[in-house]
Amino acid sequence: MDYEAVIGLEVHVQLQTATKIFCPCPTTFGALANTHTCPVCIGMPGVLPVLNRKVVEFAIKMALAVNCDIAPFNVFARKHYFYPDLPKGYQISQYESPLAEHGWLDIEVDGRTRRIGITRIHMEEDAGKLMHDENRPVSYVDLNRTGVPLIEIVSEPDIRSPEEAVAYLKKLRQLVRYLGISDGNMEEGSMRCDANISLRPSGQKGYGTRSELKNINSFRHVQRALEYEIRRQTALLLDGQDVVQETRLWDAARGVTFPMRGKEEAHDYRYFPDPDLVPVEIDSAWLTRIREELPELPDAKRIRLKRQYGLSDYDLEILTASRSMADYFEGCVAQFPHPKTVSNWICVELVRLLRQGDQEIDTCPVSPAGLAGLLEMIDNGTISGKMAKDILQQMYHTKKSAREIVEEQGLAQMSDESQLRIVIERVMEGHPKEVERYRAGKTKVLGFLVGQVMRETRGQANPKKVNELLEKALNP
Amino acid sequence: MSSLTDLSVHELHELLIKREVSAVEVAKTYLKRIDEVDSKVRAYLTLTPDQALAQAEEADRCLSRDVEEATPLTGIPMGIKDVICTCGVRTTCGSRMLENFVPPYSATVIERLEAHGAVMLGKLNMDEFAMGSSTENSAFYPTHNPWDLERVPGGSSGGSAASVAARTCACSLGSDTGGSIRQPSSHCGVVGMKPTYGRVSRYGLVAFASSLDQIGPITRDVTDCALLLNVISGYDPRDSTSIPRDVPDYTLSLIPGLEGCTIGLPKEYFVSGLDPDVERAVKTAVSALEGQGARLVEVSLPHTEYAVATYYIIAPAEASSNLSRYDGVKYGLRAQGFKDLTDMYKKTRSQGFGPEVKRRIMIGTYSLSSGYYDAYYKKASQVRTLIVQDFRHAFKDCDVIAAPVAPTSAFRLGEKVDDPLQMYLSDIFTIPANLAGIPGISVPCGMDHNGLPIGLQLMATHFGEQSLLKAAYNLELAMGPWRNWPAV
Repeated sequence: MDYEAVIGLEVHVQLQTATKIFCPCPTTFGALANTHTCPVCIGMPGVLPVLNRKVVEFAIKMALAVNCDIAPFNVFARKHYFYPDLPKGYQISQYESPLAEHGWLDIEVDGRTRRIGITRIHMEEDAGKLMHDENRPVSYVDLNRTGVPLIEIVSEPDIRSPEEAVAYLKKLRQLVRYLGISDGNMEEGSMRCDANISLRPSGQKGYGTRSELKNINSFRHVQRALEYEIRRQTALLLDGQDVVQETRLWDAARGVTFPMRGKEEAHDYRYFPDPDLVPVEIDSAWLTRIREELPELPDAKRIRLKRQYGLSDYDLEILTASRSMADYFEGCVAQFPHPKTVSNWICVELVRLLRQGDQEIDTCPVSPAGLAGLLEMIDNGTISGKMAKDILQQMYHTKKSAREIVEEQGLAQMSDESQLRIVIERVMEGHPKEVERYRAGKTKVLGFLVGQVMRETRGQANPKKVNELLEKALNP
Repeated sequence: MSSLTDLSVHELHELLIKREVSAVEVAKTYLKRIDEVDSKVRAYLTLTPDQALAQAEEADRCLSRDVEEATPLTGIPMGIKDVICTCGVRTTCGSRMLENFVPPYSATVIERLEAHGAVMLGKLNMDEFAMGSSTENSAFYPTHNPWDLERVPGGSSGGSAASVAARTCACSLGSDTGGSIRQPSSHCGVVGMKPTYGRVSRYGLVAFASSLDQIGPITRDVTDCALLLNVISGYDPRDSTSIPRDVPDYTLSLIPGLEGCTIGLPKEYFVSGLDPDVERAVKTAVSALEGQGARLVEVSLPHTEYAVATYYIIAPAEASSNLSRYDGVKYGLRAQGFKDLTDMYKKTRSQGFGPEVKRRIMIGTYSLSSGYYDAYYKKASQVRTLIVQDFRHAFKDCDVIAAPVAPTSAFRLGEKVDDPLQMYLSDIFTIPANLAGIPGISVPCGMDHNGLPIGLQLMATHFGEQSLLKAAYNLELAMGPWRNWPAV
């Protein structure tokens, strides 16, 4: 029998507001343990949370970007469980009335566009981190992360394959980066994903029994964990067994999922509205202001760049991957108005250099103006395209401008006609037979003579000019 | 001249600004009296004599530099309920769990008092985490009623009320979640006010039930109450539930005459079970208010009978959540000899909390559990709304509601410890104001046949503290100055 996978994802995204969601501590990653803490985020007696409204703005931006309805009244709820990384014994989250509901997101897999529903987006605070001593049965608690704002984005069970799941996650990451609300880095945990997955006979409408996969911290692991789970559930079903509804952890080292112990799962979170916080009212003026602040999002940008510059889908994919990439492209085009040339150079040469240097476009040592300067020098014949590739590489590593490199190394093409004529004359004198043959109609010899001129000038002659002048000289 | 410790805050202030007495002298007199008397009353959990003298010296410097700089609280010795965080001074909440907890921050009210030059003598006893009506639930020792040392002072702010009555502080701060300021004030013959929810910042008040808790003053007379309220009230950006609303000068409400004021008597509060002495005293007080020009009307608060049940769902639910943080991980007690994490939690919480706190954590955990939430917590929240509406309706017909504070005067130590339900019912008249978020005050209005004080409770609509103070002040005028302190 043929089975179809039904997948829904719960994605947590850390918001990069300057301060935490309920206190003024910084959110930056990597500080010494427990230094980004205060009585509020470590849950001392008698202290109270005060909502950072920037968090609401960031969450609203995400909600608008995925076409959600936004709730006019937002209530925070307490979610209770005991764990040492949760200093209050409860997490402040949203329960009955999330910030946003009923959204969607379009993804593209194998050239086919699919619309994935977004069930809800809500705001909550992150927990701390435990560090376990490897030698002794002791754990340490770092509460720097406690109170860092999160949004949880819950999808509908609309995803049908591991590839779609990864495409959905990449799209979310692209969006949070476009919006500037998170770095969306899965490896560092600023984007985390739990996956619900079940199988059903192809064509069936109802859902099968699902398992929930946790502890997946990269796109590749999402793909592998889902593939494993599809194989596991398929084998069970083909064998006539039932899938058990349970939470399973992904073991990246062994490449398997395994069930979490039942006790850890059996939570009654005892949600109730947090009496320390007042409901947040989101009025239309606030919404309008945030909507106006939204940047051009990837899909819209793609359509516009295509229309405005007539670029290929392949180039657009690369140029709209991030806001900074598109900005780089447009910044360059603004100074060198040949979009296709600019696009080619970014998508081939620059991307290759970035990949080699493990750099993002944001940190690219060559500025858009710098690249425009280089392309300008090709266009006016100062250097050849071939030389330009070499110069770009040097620009990338030395941060010098194209002009500086060309001047320092005397790389400018010889375009001066009087100088070139002297060389041509010399070459013609040195190769009388070839000149003879050319004049006898064997025009193919021209290539050879051009080559000789280039050799004489150590490649600095402008080949176009050489052709032109040589032909004139051969046909007096 | 009566003893310094017999004086009210405003009387003491007069002496201080005339430089007839120094703040250090006052503080020393109080510390001496604590030394003499508190072994009998046991109102204090922690004394801070060094801090008190340092603050008194600072107050004296201020007073001698420029009297204009002095505030009505400059050099006034106060006691603070031990549920209010004081930076560098242990804050136990009357619990083993926090027996050695020293907060690195002060509550907003403490910062305000300090800024006004008040002097802190120490931290006052209370029922553990403010849960109780007799101060017998203190993990350390019960406080005794200065009027009869065999009796309870009421609770949970028993230490705060007893110390004011025993003149071991000039005034104090308490907190009121279901009557914890008003009931002990009534039992100890002092003035105690629970302000409107949101009037006083809760920042630094260790939470019992966040939607009900409110800090308030306990004083010798109504004028002192207004003076203290002036200082502790106001919006605090650190408390999202505090309300950005101007603070009037509450002493301007202390004017004779109640012409134009209508006082409502809720029929549901004058029912069987009310002690005849209490009923008589309350009715006498109401007549006195009428004598000051007030008009009396009967009003109805039909959902009163559900108030206690509603409260004992909502308050424990919030408490069970608020007290989750005491897990032995970060501060406070951590039990010894545990075998794993769960065992550490269990042993710590079993050893750190007393029976009443455990009872309420269990009630609250149960009522928030999935499958029970709708029947308990949600239903209770709906009934709470009906109680709010009762008051809204009643305040269309009157400006102030007059009622008893408690069904009886102070009971004997040990009398109700084994009967939690009887104990809970002693808050029957005070709980509704917390559920509705409205202000209430207890003012002494007479004595019972055992010579124990009885208080009159006055309630007003949200932010109606001025009406309360005016009516309370007129009661004080009509009944003659309250100078009958217990001879402890």
